[in-house]
Amino acid sequence: MAVPATRADVQRLVGERAQLVEVLPAAEYADEHLPGAINIPLQELAEAAPSRLDPSRPVIVYCYDHQ
Amino acid sequence: MSPRAASRLETLGYGSVYDYVAGKADWGSAGLPLEGENGSTTRAAAHARTDVPTCRLDESLQTVQRRVSDAGWETCFVVDAGGVVIGRLGRRALGSDDDLAVAVAMTEAPSTVRPSARLRDLVERMRRQNLSSLPVTTSDGRLVGLLLRETAEEAVQRLQQLRR
Repeated sequence: MAVPATRADVQRLVGERAQLVEVLPAAEYADEHLPGAINIPLQELAEAAPSRLDPSRPVIVYCYDHQ
Repeated sequence: MSPRAASRLETLGYGSVYDYVAGKADWGSAGLPLEGENGSTTRAAAHARTDVPTCRLDESLQTVQRRVSDAGWETCFVVDAGGVVIGRLGRRALGSDDDLAVAVAMTEAPSTVRPSARLRDLVERMRRQNLSSLPVTTSDGRLVGLLLRETAEEAVQRLQQLRR
């Protein structure tokens, strides 16, 4: 099961080469995103993950908020 | 949405998956930078005056009045040891001749906005409510600065011109 991450966790993990992924649609990513984040919309995750995410490094996913 | 993404990644074999459930709303409200077409330059924090004076609850009003006046301001935020906003001293309180404690003279719990609030929305709000400024605080109440209406209006105009 995925580990819940706080803001401080994200800052620490990114410093440790974690991959930061916004899973919202591309337009919302273009509007605003966390520094260094890449965009893989949820609907495209299964197809895009193998080519864009390194399984040997941690992955942090986020969207807008709790919803 | 992010819990579903995290779960899907695990089914795809990713072993170290973290879910930042609070997401970019939390990130921006803490005053951390955002990139993109409407990134940090279009938000309150980037344009707030961070040199706005602050004082402590236990200071005397006269001491604060001198300090604020010397700095060329007409307002001051009352903060606790962690920088959390407790109150605000406005023009009337700072112009008072009474030797009061800050705690008595201040206006409690002023309305604040988050660092990630969009500048154009704040300009509209200040115009609608006839406000000359809005305090900017993080989601845990710490003072970031004071957004002046004039500064915000100029910034919105500048940003609109850049997009043309």
